[in-house]
Amino acid sequence: MAIISSLAYLAASVLFILALRGLSHPETAGKGLTFGITGMSIAIITTLLSPQVEGWTWIIIGIALGGSIGYYIAKNIEMTSLPQLMAAFHSLVGLAAVCVAAAAFYNPETYGIGVIGDIKTASLIEMSLGLAIGAITFTGSIIAWGKLQGKISGKPITFIGQHKLNAMLGASLFVMIILLCLTGSAFWFWTIALIALALGILMIIPIGGADMPVIVSMLNSYSGWAAAGIGFTLHNNLLIITGALVGASGAILSYIMCKGMNRSFLSVILGGFGGDDNAGAAAADMGDRNAKIGAAEDAAYIMKNASKVIIVPGYGMAVAQAQHALREMVDILKREGVDVTYAIHPVAGRMPGHMNVLLAEANVPYDEVFEMEDINRDFAMADVAYVIGANDITNPSAKNDPSSPIYGMPILDVEKAKTVLFVKRSLGSGYAGIDNPLFFEDNTMMLLGDAKKMTENIIKAME
Amino acid sequence: MSEKERTLTQSAEDLVTRLQELSDTAAQLASEAGDVIAESGGNTDPFIITGLTVFVLACFVGYHVVWRVTPALHSPLMALTNAISSVIIVGAVVATGAMASSGFSNVLGFIAVVLASINIFGGFIITKRMLHMFKKKG
Repeated sequence: MAIISSLAYLAASVLFILALRGLSHPETAGKGLTFGITGMSIAIITTLLSPQVEGWTWIIIGIALGGSIGYYIAKNIEMTSLPQLMAAFHSLVGLAAVCVAAAAFYNPETYGIGVIGDIKTASLIEMSLGLAIGAITFTGSIIAWGKLQGKISGKPITFIGQHKLNAMLGASLFVMIILLCLTGSAFWFWTIALIALALGILMIIPIGGADMPVIVSMLNSYSGWAAAGIGFTLHNNLLIITGALVGASGAILSYIMCKGMNRSFLSVILGGFGGDDNAGAAAADMGDRNAKIGAAEDAAYIMKNASKVIIVPGYGMAVAQAQHALREMVDILKREGVDVTYAIHPVAGRMPGHMNVLLAEANVPYDEVFEMEDINRDFAMADVAYVIGANDITNPSAKNDPSSPIYGMPILDVEKAKTVLFVKRSLGSGYAGIDNPLFFEDNTMMLLGDAKKMTENIIKAME
Repeated sequence: MSEKERTLTQSAEDLVTRLQELSDTAAQLASEAGDVIAESGGNTDPFIITGLTVFVLACFVGYHVVWRVTPALHSPLMALTNAISSVIIVGAVVATGAMASSGFSNVLGFIAVVLASINIFGGFIITKRMLHMFKKKG
């Protein structure tokens, strides 16, 4: 029986790998999802049949209860709140890891890792790692959720001695783990949990809204490491493999996001980015320059007479839910014979691939949507760059102003287009708190207003 | 001269026997050491090594597979990995269904089953919803 269940877990692991493999192309992604669901079903059924499991009643109730909650949430959530949802989901994995670690601590016989009060040292270390990472993931994700949902200020919250405090808590975690191994007492177990919970909050609270793509990916990664930690505790290879896959995936996404902002992972984690420190000085520089402000009719006229338009969406499009109106506008332009494509910056939005999903939701074919490296050259040939709800990712000072906080960040070269149309609520700075000199260029026209309303007005003007 | 030769052969023979003895002792030591390792292997936890091997290799597999994921599908990737990381339900199911001296671990297991199930169902369904939107429009 043990051999059969091990083989079944192996099959599930392979299916999970194939599931991720499927995502290499939109055409094969559906198949990947089926692999994933099959793998999960095999894993759960195999576990139900294992000899340690004596009663199914509560398990079935739990799955039915959790399943229907998950079903309800996933069916009803708006695609624009996807980043919050992901953060919330990560927190659940974290809490589940804490619960499983505690269950193993109070009932070690079941997993063959010792008896209560006398658990093997190796298992205690593995358990406390799973516990600590799970707890950090739990509270960290709740804070990230709060920031994305707007329940907590998106501005970085910093205080003096913050990093010292975090480092001290981190170091004390190690001491606690050693103490737990020495004594095996429940007191240290729960102290580790408490400190890790506090650390999760303190780690995410200084991180600003613009850095959220990195944080959401990082928490994704943590939820994987927590699962792997639990896998070590329970001597279960499936959990280890899956945890490693998820951990690696989240880490790669964080890396891509960091690169998209030209920031080191460490500087994101240390937080504090996006404060108002330098915004004042920059604003003073811009004070005597005037931006050209246009109306929907002007924009409609310019775009209708263009031959090539590139759309640059940003978080503002998500907030205003402007993707459907945008697609309608593009449809009209296409009927007029205008060539329209979309340019996606890696960190546009609040999570990796956020803009792609929103455009897909509005039925934009994925082969009209291009990544930054693939489309950046085309801006020089474009008549119009229509920037909707994006700001920092188009800011040329990232290229030519070494004093700018975002200097070195790769940007979309919208300024090379003949005309830049900027849909924005105000002339204010973006999330990074930096003014965008592009607003004041001669070939830029600002369209001040809500992204959705403005796009709808342009549609009206076109018809 | 012949006596000298004799002593030389004798000492050579001595050397050979001593070497033989030495190698015997070494062999014995080695086999004893092997026993000790085998014993200690039985007593401590050999799983940590197997587990670590599996873990490191899986990290590499993950690294290579994930780099091939198209950037357009990074959101579905996150939703899918979120769902499969809830395979932690495996541990939760055992904790819920196992005989335990106190009911506490069963309760913890039950909570974990509920949480992981929210994730599994929610994660897979949201992935499906997203991927459905990426379907080629005919």
